[in-house]
Amino acid sequence: MNFDPRYSGRSFTSVGTRPIRPDGVDKVTGRARYGADFNMAGQLVGRVLRSPHAHAKIRKIDTSKAEKLAGVKAVITAADLPDLTDGDAAMYDILDNCMARTKALYDGHAVAAVAAVDARTARQALKLIEVDYEVLPHVVDVDEAMKHTAPLLNDAIFTEGLEEKPVKPSNVTKRTQYGHGDIHEGFGQADFVVERSFKTEQTHQGYIEPHACVASVSSDGTADLWVCTQGHFVYRQHCAQLLGMEASKLRVTSSEIGGGFGGKTHVWAEPVALALSRKAGRPVKLVMTRDEVFRASGPTSATSIDVRIGARKDGTITAAEATLRYSCGPYAGMWAEIGAMTAFACYKLDNVRTVGYEVLVNRPKTAAYRAPSAPMAAFAVESAVDELAKEIGMDPVEFRIRNAAQEGTRSSYGPVYGPIGIGPTLEAAKNHPHMKAPLGKNQGRGMACGFWFNFGGQTCTDLNIGMDGSVSLAVGTVDVGGSRASLSLVAAEELGIDYGQVKAVVADTSSLGYNDMTDGSRGTFSSSMATISAARNAIKTLRDRAAQTWDIPIDDVVWEKGHAIAKGEKYGNLAALSLKEIAAASGKTGGPIAGHSELVADGAGVSFATHICDIEVDPETGSTRVLRYTVVQDAGKAVHPTYVEGQYQGGAAQGIGWALNEEYIYGKDGRLQNPGFLDYRIPVCSDLPMIDTQILEIPNPNHPYGVRGVGETSIVPPLAAIANAVSNAVGVRMTHIPMSPPRILAAIEAER
Amino acid sequence: MAGVAVSTTINGDTVEYLCQPDETLLDVLRDRLGLTGAKEGCGTGDCGACSIILDDRLVCSCLVLGAEAEGRHVETIEGMAHGDSLHPLQQKFLEHAALQCGICTPGFLIAAKDLLAKNPDPTEEEIRFGLAGNLCRCTGYDKIVRAVQDAASVMKGA
Repeated sequence: MNFDPRYSGRSFTSVGTRPIRPDGVDKVTGRARYGADFNMAGQLVGRVLRSPHAHAKIRKIDTSKAEKLAGVKAVITAADLPDLTDGDAAMYDILDNCMARTKALYDGHAVAAVAAVDARTARQALKLIEVDYEVLPHVVDVDEAMKHTAPLLNDAIFTEGLEEKPVKPSNVTKRTQYGHGDIHEGFGQADFVVERSFKTEQTHQGYIEPHACVASVSSDGTADLWVCTQGHFVYRQHCAQLLGMEASKLRVTSSEIGGGFGGKTHVWAEPVALALSRKAGRPVKLVMTRDEVFRASGPTSATSIDVRIGARKDGTITAAEATLRYSCGPYAGMWAEIGAMTAFACYKLDNVRTVGYEVLVNRPKTAAYRAPSAPMAAFAVESAVDELAKEIGMDPVEFRIRNAAQEGTRSSYGPVYGPIGIGPTLEAAKNHPHMKAPLGKNQGRGMACGFWFNFGGQTCTDLNIGMDGSVSLAVGTVDVGGSRASLSLVAAEELGIDYGQVKAVVADTSSLGYNDMTDGSRGTFSSSMATISAARNAIKTLRDRAAQTWDIPIDDVVWEKGHAIAKGEKYGNLAALSLKEIAAASGKTGGPIAGHSELVADGAGVSFATHICDIEVDPETGSTRVLRYTVVQDAGKAVHPTYVEGQYQGGAAQGIGWALNEEYIYGKDGRLQNPGFLDYRIPVCSDLPMIDTQILEIPNPNHPYGVRGVGETSIVPPLAAIANAVSNAVGVRMTHIPMSPPRILAAIEAER
Repeated sequence: MAGVAVSTTINGDTVEYLCQPDETLLDVLRDRLGLTGAKEGCGTGDCGACSIILDDRLVCSCLVLGAEAEGRHVETIEGMAHGDSLHPLQQKFLEHAALQCGICTPGFLIAAKDLLAKNPDPTEEEIRFGLAGNLCRCTGYDKIVRAVQDAASVMKGA
């Protein structure tokens, strides 16, 4: 395939405009079909029985009474999902998380499931299943779990990454380390050193749509799965492997998705629904309740982080160090490692070291949440950076500008940066009117930076040109927030036609080659690359057809503004042929015209943001109010600027909730005490101000249009920016997220 | 359990159905009548994704029993547009990109319609408090508030 992904610096016609999204009307009229909006003939209702214990051995499960209940068509336990993982430890963990095999590892862990004719019968059947548990001691706190005295979740786990292989099992699955230089030497050069410990509590992505799927397994071994997911191709692979099916016999269709933010990247209910359908011989619909979503999907890590940063009087950072402990739930993860990689990524550092510890706890298995692991690390680091600036007597923005990474900087996690946006976002923040606005009593202003890697990955796209000249674009990356609009713009741009001539759809797993899931802010980045490539392949065919029509060599035909043009004076009398005209004649010139592309979208440009916020704190109650919020972020190239702004605003709002309010609260019994939106309170409309955005465009050299991912970085700075604002408002350094009123009050009172 | 026979009006049409006494109106709309525009985000009245208008009152249909709709008027998202002509709120939600994933959108539109019916000229604060019963996790509410402001000014002019 002849495709050059390098940035070309072209000017744009469609890209950068703000048309209405193609899936919009269906979504404002209630017609769009989400996970729970699909039904099949003869469909049963699936329900899952969950452990009420944080940690318990499953001695025996008796399903006989449930099986006898009229209307129950299937009851399954782990025995119905035999281990087919063949030594693949990660897949085994997924299997065990879908249905506990020998131990329940958290409050909410699935232990059995039923399929019945209606919801009431299914609920009744769950009550008839008898589980004999041997309750074991549990641990839910990340620091407690690291102690030698803590209950062990898995006695086959010995910490990886230590110099000497440990002789005793541990809840710490892995130690990782990043950095370069000599931090001892660096701290020796420092005139000022700040050292602090921070904690953040576990949060949930809080998508409004609970997990939902309809599974239908036929007796011939084929199956269909309708599901809300960020990655239907990945779900197909995982489900097929866990159920012992051939991937091609399982067709997975991604429904409209009602929010994911990383939380719909893992299978939980889907293999269970397929197993129920297989056993019952009928389609099964399985929809999680909100309680189940909180207790048994994949929230973030809770963290405990120590940071030490040293700087010279002139404001140059000489050394930086962080130790990061991240909870993973009951299965191994790489969350602390990502935290360790991102912690100091904004800065140019000669001496830096970060160490991460992955820690098992009796909580649900951690899943990705928008720039996973980065917000907590940024909270700790950016809080310490602010404090250090204060000690030196420098403006916190100037201090960051002085130490910001640049093109050519070796990042703290290894690679050398290309053109990056950290400096420009800081300069833009410094010059933003928000920075100069006056503050009132009990009000504080904070700012912070954030980094995210972004991801490219495997991508496959089809572009089909109809005989009427309209274009169908089939992509395999799930549209989580407007990518069908941005990809239609890209197809229109490349072909030189109107946006309205293009219709983008997300194809099912049987209609398109494999695509990685929509994660790592890759939806528009990677699928636009594949769309450009597919469009260029289609253009080649269009030129060929024009050349045939004119009976001239294809090399004499160029494509401009949606038309084939015969170049050179010798063809002066040949009128340009439009895409529509070529398409209309396609039946006589060689058949359908299409462009196909399969590629690995390497070169996702790293992304940086700087946020500014003003917070008012009531010193009597500790309650907070966000007065003003500004996001400055590099988009590389904003394909649909309105939806780019939306990503900036949405990430900021989630960060505000995380910073001020949201947390998983476990009782002494290890049970989650707030598994609902009443007690796990995400920001509502009246909690927030307008969120101002400024889009910077520092082109990504590895994308034809300069695009970078934009979805995730916006959640990285808010925890720190808000902590800095609250600290400035109350005059006390805040070290524990969320900064709920009781925590703020306690911090103020401790200082008095 | 014996079913309850209900006769009601939904989006102007007379509708009759049988439902269980403990069945929510949301379940009736979605599972019996195929009106899946109202969404279940929580089932406890906290998210507003199932918002409908019941006799001029904004309610969470997950907190209303199907049997309670007897003899009343129900308005759902499916009845908001007139034929192929969108309601100004629907049009402004599209123009302002006031939705990303869109799962909360039907609930927000119904709640905003109810708000503007009662207060045609709301301040930003009144919009924010008026929509505080509806959760959106994608947008940060900025573009939703702007869409409602814009729709209010269009509707006043109409």
